[in-house]
Amino acid sequence: MKIKNNIAVSENGFVFNPASGESFTTNQVGLEMLNLLRKGTDKEAIIATISEKFDADASLIEHDLNDFSEMLKQYHLHQHEES
Amino acid sequence: MAKLKYERPIIKRLESNMPNKFGMRTEFEPITHLDGVAVSELVAQYGSPLFVLSERKIRNTFQAARQSFESRYPRVQFAWSYKTNYLSAVCNVFHQEGSWAEVVSGFEYDKAIKNGVDGAHIIFNGPDKSEEDLRKATTNNSLIHIDHLDELYMLQDIARETKQRPKVAIRVNMDTGIYPMWDRFGFNYENGQAWDALNKIMFGGQMDLVGLHTHIGTFMLSPNAYAIAASKLANLAQRVQQKYNHEVKYIDMGGGFPSRNTLKGAYLPGIDTNPTIDDFAEAITSALMNSEYRPKTPPLLILETGRALIDEAGSLISTVIANKRLSDGRRSTILDAGVNILFTSFWYDHKITPAQEFTSYTEDTVLYGPLCMNIDVLRENISMPLLNKGDKAVVHHVGAYNMTQWMQFITLRPKVVLIDMDGKSHIIRNNETIESIQNHEETPDHLVHFEL
Ligand SMILES: Cc1ncc(COP(=O)(O)O)c(C=O)c1O
Repeated sequence: MKIKNNIAVSENGFVFNPASGESFTTNQVGLEMLNLLRKGTDKEAIIATISEKFDADASLIEHDLNDFSEMLKQYHLHQHEES
Repeated sequence: MAKLKYERPIIKRLESNMPNKFGMRTEFEPITHLDGVAVSELVAQYGSPLFVLSERKIRNTFQAARQSFESRYPRVQFAWSYKTNYLSAVCNVFHQEGSWAEVVSGFEYDKAIKNGVDGAHIIFNGPDKSEEDLRKATTNNSLIHIDHLDELYMLQDIARETKQRPKVAIRVNMDTGIYPMWDRFGFNYENGQAWDALNKIMFGGQMDLVGLHTHIGTFMLSPNAYAIAASKLANLAQRVQQKYNHEVKYIDMGGGFPSRNTLKGAYLPGIDTNPTIDDFAEAITSALMNSEYRPKTPPLLILETGRALIDEAGSLISTVIANKRLSDGRRSTILDAGVNILFTSFWYDHKITPAQEFTSYTEDTVLYGPLCMNIDVLRENISMPLLNKGDKAVVHHVGAYNMTQWMQFITLRPKVVLIDMDGKSHIIRNNETIESIQNHEETPDHLVHFEL
């Protein structure tokens, strides 16, 4: 999943979507994931990066990443995949 | 380099400053200990879910309530409402504090006797007293609160036959300005039924009319309703005195004061908005003292307060089984305690707090119990810090009615422990096992075997 290009993300987790005018907050793990997603990092690489930095095993991170991605879709922060 | 503590990722939309239906974030502190004992230790020792009662809280709440009344009125007696929580250890804390027993069935009556309460200190309420119950209560000099005419006649027959004089009161129902009016118990004041019943007792001459009783409802938010009720009972007492030169010895105002829980649908937390015991004490004692009833000794004021004396002393520890995302994006967290043991989640928006440290992030969450049932919801909307599988949460103020109205359903009921005045924990009711359930069942011989 990719994040829309125009989304602004601050260092302390403030997220702004200029298209809708909506703003969001995210926590530290969320911020890491969001930044990796913005760079177009794939799922496996994100899980590896997070598990290196944080004290959690890969299966939990994968579960949470899926959930987090769902939330990004709910908030329309993702790029529509080209079919 | 040590790894950073992991917290599951969340993202939350910032709303304009309107409180949403999940309410303001209310719980900023984790509750890691109950009466000084670590929640994690309690779970390690006794399992989860687990009901925990604080003896200190029970005694403090009771003493404060008694103080509220005794500082305003000379003669006050509490009677512990067994149905609110009849675990013997709990009843006996109240009895040690000087409470009589208030019971509403033969079962509760026997329980009070087994606990060692003298029959003369048992108030027997309720519409369902068998002939055997009434005979026993009469012999033991218990205070029998007559609920309906059939009971009055039965008691009169018993008195005649056994040549004993039952000590009786009548339960009175009345309009106190509260809707809905509880008129299914006792005799109505406004339509003259109550006065009629009193005349039957006095004319019959076979029973001692010792008191008048009412119980106007539960979780009542209006002290004024109690003032009205007290005036109406005092008025009946005065009419009896006038007509028969007979003094009613006590006025029993029943129970019904709210605890500090928040009723479902209330906009503000109950802890800030519910009237206090002082408010009720003021209303009741002023009404009694301002009434026309002037016996030689002021009538004993009896209170059958249940919920308000025990709710806050009870907590339920529960463990997170799983986290899920609902189709509308809301977080749902499944706990191992369901509505079958937390009946009051149908009434209250219980305060629920994590039992371990958390960060400042929260999510709008639905808290489910473990039952395979749609109704198994502990909180429909709660702004919760992030809980992981295995984390513990504490549901607060669950001491009233849950440990009596709970059901064995799908799961087995857990242990109840009491933390004593020294911070020592005691099991006061053991958890059920499969045997506790199976022992009551019988399988006919022809249904024992089968082949699949
Ligand atoms: C007769 C009587 N007294 C006392 C109580 C205790 O009421 P509460 O827990 O509302 O104080 C009840 C509860 O239903 C009751 O029926």
